Amino acid sequence: MSKAKFSASRRRFMQTAGAAVAMTALGPLSFKQAQAAGKYTIGVVYVGSRSDYGYNQSHAEAAASLKKMPGLKVVEEEKVPETVAVQKTMEAMINEDGAKMVFATSFGYFNPHVLKMAAKYPAVHFAHCGGLWTDKDPKNISSFFGYIDECEYLSGIVAAHASKSKKLGFIAAKPIPQVLRNINAFTLGAQSIDPSITTHVIFTGDWSLPVKEAEAANSLIDQGCDVLTCHVDGPKVIVETAEKRGVYTCGYHANQASLAPKGYLTGAEWNWATPYKILTDAAVAGKAPVNFLRGGLKEGFVKMSPYGKAVSDKAKKMADGAKAGMMKGDFVIFKGPLKDNAGKVAVAEGVKLGQQDPVLEQMNYLVAGVVGKI
Amino acid sequence: MRSSISDYGAWLLQRIWLPLTVALIILILFAAFVALIGQSPAEVSGLLYQGGFGSAFAWQNTLLRASPLILTGLAVAIPAQAGMVMIGAEGALALGALAGAVGGIALQGAAPHVVQAGVLLAGMLCGAVWVGLSGWLRNYRGVNETISSLLFSYIGIALLNYFVEGPLKDPDSLNKPSTRPIGDNNMIGNLPGMDVHYGLLIGVLFALISWIVLTFTTSGFSLRLIGGNVRAAQMAGLRVGLWVTGAAAMGGAAAGLAGAIEVAAVQGSANASVVSGYGYTGILVAFMARQNALAVIPVAILIGGLEAAGGMLQRRLDVPDAVVLVLQGIAFVVIIASETLRGRQLFRLTPVAAKAGGAA
Repeated sequence: MSKAKFSASRRRFMQTAGAAVAMTALGPLSFKQAQAAGKYTIGVVYVGSRSDYGYNQSHAEAAASLKKMPGLKVVEEEKVPETVAVQKTMEAMINEDGAKMVFATSFGYFNPHVLKMAAKYPAVHFAHCGGLWTDKDPKNISSFFGYIDECEYLSGIVAAHASKSKKLGFIAAKPIPQVLRNINAFTLGAQSIDPSITTHVIFTGDWSLPVKEAEAANSLIDQGCDVLTCHVDGPKVIVETAEKRGVYTCGYHANQASLAPKGYLTGAEWNWATPYKILTDAAVAGKAPVNFLRGGLKEGFVKMSPYGKAVSDKAKKMADGAKAGMMKGDFVIFKGPLKDNAGKVAVAEGVKLGQQDPVLEQMNYLVAGVVGKI
Repeated sequence: MRSSISDYGAWLLQRIWLPLTVALIILILFAAFVALIGQSPAEVSGLLYQGGFGSAFAWQNTLLRASPLILTGLAVAIPAQAGMVMIGAEGALALGALAGAVGGIALQGAAPHVVQAGVLLAGMLCGAVWVGLSGWLRNYRGVNETISSLLFSYIGIALLNYFVEGPLKDPDSLNKPSTRPIGDNNMIGNLPGMDVHYGLLIGVLFALISWIVLTFTTSGFSLRLIGGNVRAAQMAGLRVGLWVTGAAAMGGAAAGLAGAIEVAAVQGSANASVVSGYGYTGILVAFMARQNALAVIPVAILIGGLEAAGGMLQRRLDVPDAVVLVLQGIAFVVIIASETLRGRQLFRLTPVAAKAGGAA
């Protein structure tokens, strides 16, 4: 944590202390009134640590961008499990802090927790990250998500240029559609440069298992993989292990370049500040919540980490070329003919699955060239 | 002064003075830590009280968080009567949730109360078998129960993950693999007039019954005898293997029940979210309660309150979640360390004190 943050929190402490004294004197009602009269309060809930170099940090960065907007007050709570704890945290933000909008950032918060709280507090705006809202669900929920497989594809292009062994390593948490889509996009990106490239996958079984992730990283490197990437909540240990062993990495969720100054090539990052701003602006203006909000590189929901030192000019040129296509909106990652790694047809010849195609949300295969089993 | 204290005085000293000293030391250490990170100890204590116990909302928040901890605390405290250190409640909870969900799905169509009873019983049974195995292994195979219960716990969690991501997966739960839901109408509701589900009542009843059985019946005495000295218990004609396995199974039943309640009152289906550390916090609860089934209730409420208050600390002071963990850690270490003082010369142990304090 930086010094600036500490001094800021001390200043905030003085304010809070003053508020607390006033509150004890006048009772809790006056606090709520004070909130109502002043700033628009927004709560943000994280499932892990805000400084995890991963998923939670990517949201904390967006929350930090909200704090800079005038008239907003942001209250945060980290390491809130997907149990009654998150329900009570959201309720506490509403009841104790006067929050009118709550960002529930973990995928697993949605059902049943956000659904239950949204039904209980219809006047509060709930924003959930994951894109799970359907028209049966309460209307005061916004559901947002990003097409990060675009960035995975570009990372694949860069990785293919850096790899000498032509074996890439991918450490993934669970074989769910979102994760498979990232593995496949990364592989297709690499194969667009060299069709003989293979991606070796290890599933750890859960979102945050640092010891297993380090073991998986070592194992992949021992097998000859010389570029690693991952889809776990906190890529920290994987990036650090790869750097120690002298292989390259592509990051995920947030920027991990500071952990691997030599081997960090690029990475697929969320840019949640964009949806946070869209949703908050609408909420503050009193507009009805947008229930379903998604975007990719073009819409600014995701971004690439700046290229590392080890990225060649040729790699940059190829990746930037593909990126330009994505920015125009006519680039298709999953198009036929595409076979899975068991030899079955995954996408038939002539079929183009655009980013928003719901078929992609049910992905249950690994494309040819991926070594691993679901 | 000390030389003139009566038996009663020694008892009082040990029962009142020691806990007060311990509380004071915890507070001083925590205050020093808070000052070190640049916050005001008075302000932090105020927020801890306000967030955990300062309003009706805070109390309900606290009680809701405490209710699984009562059961997972018992999962450690009950086997401890027979001298076992069982720390596998997390896995038993995971399997209890899985079995509960399976039971609930199997009973679809039955009356809601039947489904609920089925969920809870299935959870208890599954948890009992899982932890009972560790008890059995200890007695008949000489396997250290602490290690085996911990390893079994990992296996339990892995089994839950395997089943919800494989054979028992609801095809609709794409990115959050879960079993099929037990159905909204089968969910356990809230206590009348409160925003706390019936799981709290079930936990408190489980603790009360355990305490009564452990304190006032020959069963409890037998367990303590085994915990005190296995050879003596065997000489007295007790079937040690049965008691040890049974105590482990009862503890497992408590943990399994906690898992089933998570499914029936909170999640609606079994999935990886139920594995959220309740089982490990239960170890803390049981040790802080000195393995006393009745004391598990207030300790669980205290820990639940600290967790509720931890949220408020984070939101108001912008401090990391670890602040409350530090408080929990300090409390745990000081309480465990204070155990060595109990019954020492410092307190002039007398026969009465021995009777009062030596039980646990």
